[in-house]
Amino acid sequence: MRWNLLAVCVCFVAAHVWLIGAMLRRKRTTRGSDASPQNGETESRDASRHLRWTLLAALCCMYLWMAVTAQGLWAGSRYAGPSPAAMQVEVVGEQFQWYFRYPGPDAAFGSTRPDLASAASGNPLGLNPRDARSHDDIVSSVLVLPAGREVDLRLRSIDVIHGLFIPSMRLKENAVPGLVLHVHFTPTTPGTYPILCSHVCGLGHARMQAVLTVVSSAEFDAWLASHARARSEQPSQ
Amino acid sequence: MKLFTTHHRALGVLHLLLSLAAVTIGTLLSLVMRIHRVWPALAFPFHGQIKPEDYLALVTMHGTLMIFFVLTTAPQLGFANLVLPEQIGARGMAFPRLNAVAFLLTVLALALLLAAFFVPQGASISGWTAYPPMSAIAGAGPGEGTGMDLWIASIGVFCIASWLGAVNMLATILGERRAGMTWSRLPMTVWAWLITSILTLLVFAVLLAAVVLLFSDRHLGSSFFVPAGDLVNGVVVGRGDGSPLLWLHLFWFFGHPEVYIAVLPGMGLVTSLFANFANRPVIGYRTMAAMLVAIGFLGLVVWGHHMFVSGMNPYAGTAFALTTMAIAIPSTVEVLGWLSMLWGGGLRLPTPMLFALGFLSFFIAGGLTGPMLAQPALDSYLHNTFFVVAHFHMVMAMAGVFSLFAGIYYWYPLMTGRLMNETLGKIHCWISVIAAWGTFFPMHLSGLAGEPRHYERLTGPATTFSAITANERGITWSALLLAAAQLIFLWNVFVSARRGRLAGHNPWGATTLEWAPETALGRVQRAPYQYEIGVNQMKFHPQWESASKQE
Amino acid sequence: MPATFTRHPVEIERKDTGIGGKPPLDRRPTGGGGDGDNWDNRPHGRRGPRELLTRYRLGVLFALAGDLMFFVALVSAFFVRQSAGHFDARENYVSDWHPLAVPPILWINTAILILSSLTMEMARRQLFREIDVMDEWLGLGRPAVKRASPWMVVTLVLGTLFLAGQWIAWGQLVQQGFHYNSPDPSSHFFYLITGVHGVHLLFGVVALAAALGALFILRRIELRQIAVDCTAWYWHTMGLFWIFLFALLAFFQ
Repeated sequence: MRWNLLAVCVCFVAAHVWLIGAMLRRKRTTRGSDASPQNGETESRDASRHLRWTLLAALCCMYLWMAVTAQGLWAGSRYAGPSPAAMQVEVVGEQFQWYFRYPGPDAAFGSTRPDLASAASGNPLGLNPRDARSHDDIVSSVLVLPAGREVDLRLRSIDVIHGLFIPSMRLKENAVPGLVLHVHFTPTTPGTYPILCSHVCGLGHARMQAVLTVVSSAEFDAWLASHARARSEQPSQ
Repeated sequence: MKLFTTHHRALGVLHLLLSLAAVTIGTLLSLVMRIHRVWPALAFPFHGQIKPEDYLALVTMHGTLMIFFVLTTAPQLGFANLVLPEQIGARGMAFPRLNAVAFLLTVLALALLLAAFFVPQGASISGWTAYPPMSAIAGAGPGEGTGMDLWIASIGVFCIASWLGAVNMLATILGERRAGMTWSRLPMTVWAWLITSILTLLVFAVLLAAVVLLFSDRHLGSSFFVPAGDLVNGVVVGRGDGSPLLWLHLFWFFGHPEVYIAVLPGMGLVTSLFANFANRPVIGYRTMAAMLVAIGFLGLVVWGHHMFVSGMNPYAGTAFALTTMAIAIPSTVEVLGWLSMLWGGGLRLPTPMLFALGFLSFFIAGGLTGPMLAQPALDSYLHNTFFVVAHFHMVMAMAGVFSLFAGIYYWYPLMTGRLMNETLGKIHCWISVIAAWGTFFPMHLSGLAGEPRHYERLTGPATTFSAITANERGITWSALLLAAAQLIFLWNVFVSARRGRLAGHNPWGATTLEWAPETALGRVQRAPYQYEIGVNQMKFHPQWESASKQE
Repeated sequence: MPATFTRHPVEIERKDTGIGGKPPLDRRPTGGGGDGDNWDNRPHGRRGPRELLTRYRLGVLFALAGDLMFFVALVSAFFVRQSAGHFDARENYVSDWHPLAVPPILWINTAILILSSLTMEMARRQLFREIDVMDEWLGLGRPAVKRASPWMVVTLVLGTLFLAGQWIAWGQLVQQGFHYNSPDPSSHFFYLITGVHGVHLLFGVVALAAALGALFILRRIELRQIAVDCTAWYWHTMGLFWIFLFALLAFFQ
């Protein structure tokens, strides 16, 4: 990104130097009426053409470099899927709240039904109680991840298009209703990072925020365990 | 001035007045947005405090007004009606009555759009892009009911008006040229109108199809865009298995060429103005025209770059990234061509030329951030941040609008027979340039910090963006200054019509046919832009002069 | 094509004929040279009936091009939707596209529409028969109109039959339980595609009726030719669109 910005700024400044220079270059050098204006003009026209084509070639190289480096990054992060050992976490967007679902010890997400969804009764995602796999699912409004482990986020949305944006992880992907989209990354540095909604989803769009907390593996396991305990203490739904 | 005229010049002025009304309203809306962002608790007269849904309604209407009613209407139907027939030596547009119908439909579309402000729950809040399911379900937010229906109706009518206008323009350019007006003698503006008309014809139909499907989803029980089991506001609305991505594809297939429709006429005009005021022929006329064609054509195959983070196949992301980067090449050729034309020196700098130079400056700025956004890897950070807002405002709002100003100052004598006041014009230009940089440049920085779009204010964990609140103030003050500068323009426009200096038939020393005196028109025998690079600055051969030798 | 595409202006030269005497000063080309109808070098706009006809044909061509894009958008949506599906509870990829059997009456409708195109073309050609056009232009009656109007009437009847047939097809589908807003996407698309085409054809029928009236009301032969010609091109295009749409619905579901 920085190199791109630098390149762009250099071109910008250069172009404006040219532009402003041209504006200031008001007076054309007067040619004597005897001197043949044609020759001088043709020469400078040729030089100008050379300059233009050279500049074009240089700029095309710059565009090519920008494209290739960025495609390398893109391919690296998107072409291959997550590694099979990646931790799966489901991210669900709803007007105007992010929910994060962990699959629990059975490593499977339970099915959901929209007609069962009710935040008021503690089942915002509509987990189907008849599906055994949903009994150990942990639903949280904070995304907690262990440092150093690749995570594969399953993005879903309940109602409208939301955008999962974690600026510090340089991660953005829309959560589109009807689709399950996957993005994967590896958080490395422990800390707290904001999660924002990057696609306008209604009047609470600006408030649809969450927090990503990256902790050590031990802390993460402890957190999961505490949630699992809390879940089992709740009356079954 | 009659409202139901069929004369093209009157219709051109009427379109321009419509765009002027739209841009005034759009600017006021944006000022309210900016003031709210810096002083959120401020209660506006007649309205009170701006609530979140009000802010989003402002965003939606600002975008829709500006893109459709200013940047699509004015450069095409506005200016083309004004000068296209004269520039090709025709008597008038091919279908004058169709022309009048297109204007009346545009007025209807504007009325429908503005009516959305006055219905219960107000205007739509889903942005000018109206992504479903939010725009397809009335319960998804305030304004998504009647407000959204009015938006759909307005856009549908506008599509039909644009279609008729494009038919008219194409039939005129292809069929009504004067004898001798060959393809290589067309002024660059006509090339630009040719390409934008073809683009308009192709893409507005797709938008119309999209809004028809959206209307069907909203009211006829279909589900083209709404997936199964969609749960909005406690109500499960999804019946069949629709796909929001379908809307994205249809909309952006329209939406990307739309922005080229907005900017290409400006590019053609600026080429003409540079030739006129630098007193030299267009460098590489064929190349410049070919580059306009290339930009138009490539603009049809890049729509996916609006969808990099929307769940497309990553390989498709790469494909669209490559086509988008490819557009950088003809644009660069155009810019280098312009810069070369300017370098020779001896520029005359009246107001239209100053605005053309401003266009170039903003076009370069906006155009350089384009390749950055074209990379999906970078776009996955910058998408829907203020960086994107800065990019398109630079290139559409400032460059596009500057080309409109340039056109108005330039062709004002054709509309009124008088010239606009030069001093006021120069003041207008300089203040606008400085204020525009002040408004839109800092947005790049906000975007790089990650500030998302459509946030009516930054709260919660997003107060990590507290560093940019200073930015926000600066932007708001610049925006207020920019809007204030336009008052100078408005004064100039309306007062010079009565009291401006009388212009001759060719006050700028131009070569294109719209400046020809009535009697001089015979067969066209000259290329446009036959200025002589020489000692005597005002030597040129207008197109209506007969050639003394064969071409 | 006319001289607008030449790069060199036509020079008027006075060549030596070689047999003595001077050739006439004005040797502008006549008839088929250079400029089509412009045999006496009149200014643009006053050259003859073809000029106005060409202009209107161009207009209709571009209008239909835009319309084509509209149908293209709908058809692409059709294909996208056909291939879309979702994952069910057991992670199987399920497509909910159930091909809709096209009511057999549509075959008859297609035949009627093709026939109507033929009759429309007959009507159009009658109006361009040179001898009859000359007669009309000279004011010797209206033979072209007399030849064309029966064909137009037949086309009108066939067009109306087509629309009625489409309506019947819709009724048949409703009886089978496929409404516009059944959850079934193929049903949506069927009604949408046939409906949109039907609306266009309705415009065509109205235009036909207007052109038929114009044959008797308009006084200039060129305007009558334009009315029928443009309607004919529109009609043929709608017929062509229908063939593609019908093939889509019948074979590509």
